Amino acid sequence: MAGICSYGAYVPKYRIKVDEIANVWGEEGERIKNGLGLIEKSVPGIDEDTATMSVESSRIALERYELAFNKSAIANAVFVGSESHPYAVKPTATIVQEALGFSPNVYSADLEFACKAGTTAMIIINSMVDSGKIDFGIAIGSDTSQGRPMDALEYSAGAGSASFLIGKENTIATIVDHYSFSTDTPDFWRRQHAEFPSHGGRFTGQPAYFRHVISATKKLLERTKTTVNDYDYFVFHQPNGKFPQLAAKQLGIPKEKIDLGLVTPYIGNTYSGASMVGLANVLDNCKGNERIFVCSFGSGAGSDAFIIEVNANIRKIRQTEKEYHRLEYYIKRKKYLSYGMYAKHRGKLKGLED
Amino acid sequence: MKKNLALVWRRIPQRYRLIGSLCESCNEKFFPKRHFCPKCRRKGKIKDFQFSGKGSVYSYTKVSVAPEGYESMAPYYLAIVKLDEGPLLLAQIVDCEDDEIHIGAKVRKAFRIMNKDGKEGVINYGFKFIIDN
Ligand SMILES: [Zn+2]
Repeated sequence: MAGICSYGAYVPKYRIKVDEIANVWGEEGERIKNGLGLIEKSVPGIDEDTATMSVESSRIALERYELAFNKSAIANAVFVGSESHPYAVKPTATIVQEALGFSPNVYSADLEFACKAGTTAMIIINSMVDSGKIDFGIAIGSDTSQGRPMDALEYSAGAGSASFLIGKENTIATIVDHYSFSTDTPDFWRRQHAEFPSHGGRFTGQPAYFRHVISATKKLLERTKTTVNDYDYFVFHQPNGKFPQLAAKQLGIPKEKIDLGLVTPYIGNTYSGASMVGLANVLDNCKGNERIFVCSFGSGAGSDAFIIEVNANIRKIRQTEKEYHRLEYYIKRKKYLSYGMYAKHRGKLKGLED
Repeated sequence: MKKNLALVWRRIPQRYRLIGSLCESCNEKFFPKRHFCPKCRRKGKIKDFQFSGKGSVYSYTKVSVAPEGYESMAPYYLAIVKLDEGPLLLAQIVDCEDDEIHIGAKVRKAFRIMNKDGKEGVINYGFKFIIDN
């Protein structure tokens, strides 16, 4: 049976505080921090994008695998889920596969489904491994999303990436079951050539995020005849710090079960990376035998819910991993930017070549 | 830069993955790639070699006035990195503060954007280094 053999998450070093952005627009930082449930967000380096972060998180996954199991994994499939692919036409996946040394025997593509493209990549790769078509594949969720200056999203749009190496040999966790729920819902979009996304304001909540996340979660619990009590951790898509907490409340999930998988309050919303980076943080703290429930959300809109069972093999990763393989290292490593430096990092200054 | 596409493309293995050369006759490693071992001459047996991407700072400087295409990155550190396997190469040290860099500091490879060919041209990627503490 296919399963997760290794994983890695990467977050750039730079941060900007909610207070710093609020100051520029004459807003009250405290009110925004409380409203969004986040204090700061990550900002990519000037020379970082979705492709470079995808390579970094994948290298972590591959290094971890090699150290834990004394052999290297050659992936025959690479899928990159993102809504900030560096090119409109030309795959991110080929850049990533080349940097990882997997060319040319690779089945690869870029996926886009707002913030759930990465978990969708996981389901595709898992199915390809299960079907026996490939031995290993890498599913990536990575984004350096932009928020329009002064828009609510400017406070939360962060940067980060997570990679999952999926195969049959040396699995540390298995995806026991998954279920997807999707509808045509215009809550958030970005048209071709538009620089910044648009969204439906409050409409992004009830009919979009909550309906899809809660329906997918309930359906998968029902289908597997399990309840909240059967899981040690829940990880939800986290566009801000508040939404996952409210979803958990509606589902009757205690706070202790979502805290570990909720990293947006410190790094911002990593979009396609968000639920996967949260899952990586939970896995970083697993010792074997944990049961994790994950539910992503992508605007437009849909949710992928998964049940993940961790096995004792994860201890081999615990025993051999390096400090910089763990998400905590990236969360703690930070340098604050002023709004001016942030505008430069994100290419928001008019008249400058990108 | 568009006319250099073929050159850029040929250098992808070297730029993305630090693929250099190994002479199997004398065990000397080279970066960038060589087709010929200067020591063994005709007796040399050259093949591709994957460098680990670990090394240390051999020498460095802080660049404040950057060349065309790199202006937005200034100030930045440019270093001669001594790879653990031997060769020296010139590379940018990124995400690095003034008090973190010194001669002998351990570094490891990172994958970054090198430059972009204007707003519509290709994006060139490659190795840079970060401090490995
Ligand atoms: Zn030789």
